[in-house]
Amino acid sequence: MNIRDLIRFCFRALSGYPLRTGLMLLAMGMGVCSVIVLTALGEGARQYVAGQFKSLGTHILIVLPGRNETTGGPPPMMGETPRDLTMADAMALKRSSAVHRVAPIMVGSAPVAYAGREREVTILGSTHELFQIRDLSMAQGRFLPEGDVRRPEAVCVAGYKIKTELFGNASPLGQFIRIGERRFRVIGVLARKGQSLGLDMSDVMVINEASAEALFNRSSLFRILVQARGRDAVGRAKKTILEIIQKRHDGEDDVTVITQDALLATFDRIFITLTLAVGGIAAISLIVAGILIMNVMLIAVSQRTTEVGLLKAIGASGRQILKLFLAESAFLSLVGATGGLALSAGGCLLIQRIFPAFPITVPLWSPAAAVSVALSCGLIFGVLPARKASRLDPVAALSRR
Amino acid sequence: MRIIHMEDIQRDFQVGDEKVHALHNVHLSINGGEYISIMGPSGSGKSTLLNILGLLDRPSTGIYRFEDTNTTKLSDLQQAEIRRHKIGFVFQFFHLIPRLTAAENVELPLVLAGEEPGRRKQRVKDILARLGLSDRARHRPDQLSGGQRQRAAIARATIMNPAVILADEPTGNLDRSSGNDVIQAIETLNSEGMTVVLVTHDPELGERARRRIQMVDGRIVSDSGGHE
Repeated sequence: MNIRDLIRFCFRALSGYPLRTGLMLLAMGMGVCSVIVLTALGEGARQYVAGQFKSLGTHILIVLPGRNETTGGPPPMMGETPRDLTMADAMALKRSSAVHRVAPIMVGSAPVAYAGREREVTILGSTHELFQIRDLSMAQGRFLPEGDVRRPEAVCVAGYKIKTELFGNASPLGQFIRIGERRFRVIGVLARKGQSLGLDMSDVMVINEASAEALFNRSSLFRILVQARGRDAVGRAKKTILEIIQKRHDGEDDVTVITQDALLATFDRIFITLTLAVGGIAAISLIVAGILIMNVMLIAVSQRTTEVGLLKAIGASGRQILKLFLAESAFLSLVGATGGLALSAGGCLLIQRIFPAFPITVPLWSPAAAVSVALSCGLIFGVLPARKASRLDPVAALSRR
Repeated sequence: MRIIHMEDIQRDFQVGDEKVHALHNVHLSINGGEYISIMGPSGSGKSTLLNILGLLDRPSTGIYRFEDTNTTKLSDLQQAEIRRHKIGFVFQFFHLIPRLTAAENVELPLVLAGEEPGRRKQRVKDILARLGLSDRARHRPDQLSGGQRQRAAIARATIMNPAVILADEPTGNLDRSSGNDVIQAIETLNSEGMTVVLVTHDPELGERARRRIQMVDGRIVSDSGGHE
């Protein structure tokens, strides 16, 4: 029996029961589709996070107070540190030839008031170099002025959301607002930039670091952002940063330096694992579809007992019958998988339509994996019914009407 | 030329605790071109004998030679090979595959044998014409009359040009006139040299055969043309 006849016979057998065949195809198709769409979502999330890191700026190193012994874990957001990072530490880093820019960051919260409106706002104390390091852009006015960073200056730059809430559509430039007990003049408004690393840059007020020290009455920094001179300089920068801080902290190695690449790699790993896990869960539906195929094929075998008996009588060997029924299962899973591919393409397009900002991407391996799992499920679960058919006793099979 | 030789065939079935002898001490030789009817009451073992002749069933003991091949020693694959090329079955209930057209049903043995499509079509066309089914080729079995279905089944049984036609009550499900058509078709094949073995319990039908075998309780009790 040649392959074309085999396919034709299967096709006729399957199209003879359109509802049953349709349902099996649907189950297989949904399984394949869910694997592909879910992995695409996972991959999209990974790329989204990667994009977020890129928006942080380039060749960035983050210096955190405190030592984190384990590598690859989350940075110590909170925790006891023996020695604070200070503005002086930050300025000392500039001595390294590998370091291009340095932006200390102090974070606090204070009430901001203007014309009777008041609200708690996250205050970011930094320097003018933050602008380049974080790749910010202005909607209005200018960023913190260059000059002596150690001198408090009563000027501030508002995030876009804060500006809208305090001033509405009026221009805030030159207006005086109150932050805590102090008066500041608004000199600029940040452009809308969205989230980056969990900090919503539209919902902050940026002031001079020295002013923030005075405002919060402390000198400890939240972190220091360092921009290396180039991609090649990142490793050298990390080494010198550690050396400089260690020297300044009485030989104590008590800071953590995270490179953007290392951070990105960590998140990459997390998201790939997540994608695999979600894909694996979806693959279970493929196995369920395989079991469904087995069930329905078993029913088909008992419904077509006389047919099997007849085929044997006209000269089909047990092997040929086995092949016929296996081919039917394979045909089902192949067509179902193809349908699933089409379905997932449609699903991805739809998601892209609804969430244009989300970079949904189908990783190349996932359709291949989904289709091969679907096929092997169909074949593995097709073996049992096919064997049952091939072992039917033709005399008994034909004695039924 | 002798094509079938059975020696001391016995076939037992286990029914509950009891052993039932469906066939007992059966000796049978058939020459090429013979026209044989096997008659007997129900349960006399005639269908079992036919199934063993057609290699659908294996005897419990005894030797069955088909064209000098000892079939009892053949594998499933080799037996299927003989069924495909040397034996044609005609059943009481036709056993046409309902989703396939008459022509596709007739074509099936050629498909299983791996015959190439171009040659298949011509052979199917010829044989349907011979059995008067040319205008019914594209009809499905449920669109055919009983007589037409059985003729399609005969076409399927003979398309491989087998040595033997085994017919199990071929008219049992037909009215008299279409039954006659079917018998005539079978007898025409016999007149062209095909060996025909016909199981029936209709005496009138059985009398038409040149050699008549009577069975009772799994034994051959009379054989009008035995050649031991």
